[in-house]
Amino acid sequence: MPRSRIDIPETIHYLSILDEHGVLDTELEPQIDDKTLIALYSAMLLGRRFDERMLDLQRQGRIGTFPPIKGQEAAQIGSIFQLKSTDWFVPAFRETAAEIWRGRSLESILLYYNGFNEGTIIPADQRDLPMAVPVGSQILHATGLGYAARYRGTDEIVMTYFGDGATSEGDFHEGLNCAAVYQAPVIFICQNNQWAISIPLKQQTHSATIAQKALAYGMPGIQVDGNDVLAVYTAAQEAAERARNGDGPTLIECVTYRVMMHTTADDPSRYRDDEEVERWRQKDPLTRFAVYLQNKGLLDQSREQEIETEVLAKIQTAVDSAEKQMKTLGEPLDMFNHLYAKMPPSLQCQKEEVRQYLANNTGEVHHG
Amino acid sequence: MSGAQSARKTSYREAVKEAIREALQKDERVFLMGEDVGHYGGCYAVSKGLLAEFGPERIRDTPLSEGGFVGAGIGAALGGLRPIVEVMTVNFSLLALDQILNNAATLLHMSGGQFNVPLVIRMATGAGKQLAAQHAHSLEGWYAHIPGIRVLSPATLEDARGMLWTALQDPDPVLIFENNTLYNMEGNLSETAGPVDIDTARIRRSGSDITLITYSASLYKCLDAATALAGEGIEVEVIDLRSLRPLDDATYLESISRTNRALIVDEGWRSGGISAEISARIMEQGFYDLDTPVERICTAEVPIPYARHMEEAALPRIDTIIDTVKRMVRHG
Repeated sequence: MPRSRIDIPETIHYLSILDEHGVLDTELEPQIDDKTLIALYSAMLLGRRFDERMLDLQRQGRIGTFPPIKGQEAAQIGSIFQLKSTDWFVPAFRETAAEIWRGRSLESILLYYNGFNEGTIIPADQRDLPMAVPVGSQILHATGLGYAARYRGTDEIVMTYFGDGATSEGDFHEGLNCAAVYQAPVIFICQNNQWAISIPLKQQTHSATIAQKALAYGMPGIQVDGNDVLAVYTAAQEAAERARNGDGPTLIECVTYRVMMHTTADDPSRYRDDEEVERWRQKDPLTRFAVYLQNKGLLDQSREQEIETEVLAKIQTAVDSAEKQMKTLGEPLDMFNHLYAKMPPSLQCQKEEVRQYLANNTGEVHHG
Repeated sequence: MSGAQSARKTSYREAVKEAIREALQKDERVFLMGEDVGHYGGCYAVSKGLLAEFGPERIRDTPLSEGGFVGAGIGAALGGLRPIVEVMTVNFSLLALDQILNNAATLLHMSGGQFNVPLVIRMATGAGKQLAAQHAHSLEGWYAHIPGIRVLSPATLEDARGMLWTALQDPDPVLIFENNTLYNMEGNLSETAGPVDIDTARIRRSGSDITLITYSASLYKCLDAATALAGEGIEVEVIDLRSLRPLDDATYLESISRTNRALIVDEGWRSGGISAEISARIMEQGFYDLDTPVERICTAEVPIPYARHMEEAALPRIDTIIDTVKRMVRHG
């Protein structure tokens, strides 16, 4: 026959377990113990409240520009939960909730968004890469880390994050292609939040889904309701098992929404309707998860209030601590410290020039 | 390359291969990755035979994806390996520039000092093989603009053999540029040849009248010019920079303090090139040693021509070096 249908081994599924009204598909419900469920909820709430507090701080001029995560808490916490401490977390720049889950302190994040080098420090025992701002470049590092994990004969896996915009970058294609060719244990999490600054998804790609792009690379791909923490959890668990068993990478598209601005330097009212935002607010990941927990008898008003109080106290302590630290941190000469393990002579000269400048302008030097 | 008893005849290509083989034997974390490095043996035949010796996990063919495998190399380095990434030529390395500049060179800073990137990237560079405008760049000086990486340029068999191991021991990303006209160069290499330093420049010929500062394949044009000039009573000192970042200022400044003249020979384009940087440093640190202005011989700022006679005309030439030296010595 001159023309026939080609059967591709992978098919693309969509997964939703807990819908926006809190209605549960009991057949698909993952078995998660009560303690873990509360931990997931607390982490999502901490991500939400910290994000809100940071926006306040930014508007008050107490921190610099940052990218809010509001609305994307389920996509982050449901997926990052599957990583062990020995696995690698490779973030983009809108994964604050996932970073906190991995153990990054709130103080560190506040220092970072105030421009302090001290805020970039990742504890030595932590397998988390720093935030990546070039858009998509971290996807390749995840592939290489996965290759190294396999090369060393470990069962470590790698999870990397990026947005819908990054899927148009060559790095996305190159990273997924290489990972599939090498069967590297990498989970590619796309937080499809519908907007890349002002470019909506329909102008980003003509594909019906981002998940289907996995087909082209010969890896499993799945689209999940990214505001449903149970669906994200389930898809990430399946992908993690595959990766640990040596069955290669997976692409997970979490369909979610960027409820706030791209960064605090952006004003989304210039390019999108309030109605659209309102429709997505109705699909809030925390609200439906709270309903689920209430229905399971794990969350009542007093427990909810208790968690809320704990979260707010933790944030307040971090803000106080960070603002206190900022008074003493931020030594300008530190900018030279982390270019080379051993500083070359030309850089030593430049450091000396800045040292002299600072010595001659002591009255004008401010910490923070 | 004096013919000591323990020396044997070899080529630049073989010297690079021996360096890779030694690294693979000495350190299990080392692997080679790049386009056509496996069965094909590398576009310049540098890795021929290594796949049979070390297997496909350690001699890793990659998709045609420079950003992809340079980025994956960064990831593998972060994950505890010591990758040698072969980019076929510097011309293709531009597709990986974001990974080199925005990622490899900044990750130590971005991670607050935690993640250094012990990655070695090798690539062929240079014109002279009639490969024309999109395949004959000399961009090593351009890469030397980037803080956070080292840029090496081995011109001799000893350096082709010895720089790689030292580069692999370096905690930071190192780029090694191998001029494509050198791979067939033959000479004697000591049986005991091994790792060399990657910090200093070398005086390859001593002389008292003028200092020629150069690197890579242009070294041999300078040495030939020096031999010819010696016949006319002009003693030329020739310095091989070896490392373009960091630059070893002390060696060429000391030389200029004796010769009082400096000519830079650089296969890169002139404007904003490494020759401009060296000239500026001489001005800053050695101005009062000079009897005559610093001069430069670089490649004409045109797309590298295809036809042989045109390509030769565009590149630094021995006769131009000789004429320039004569003029500088007589007028200085």
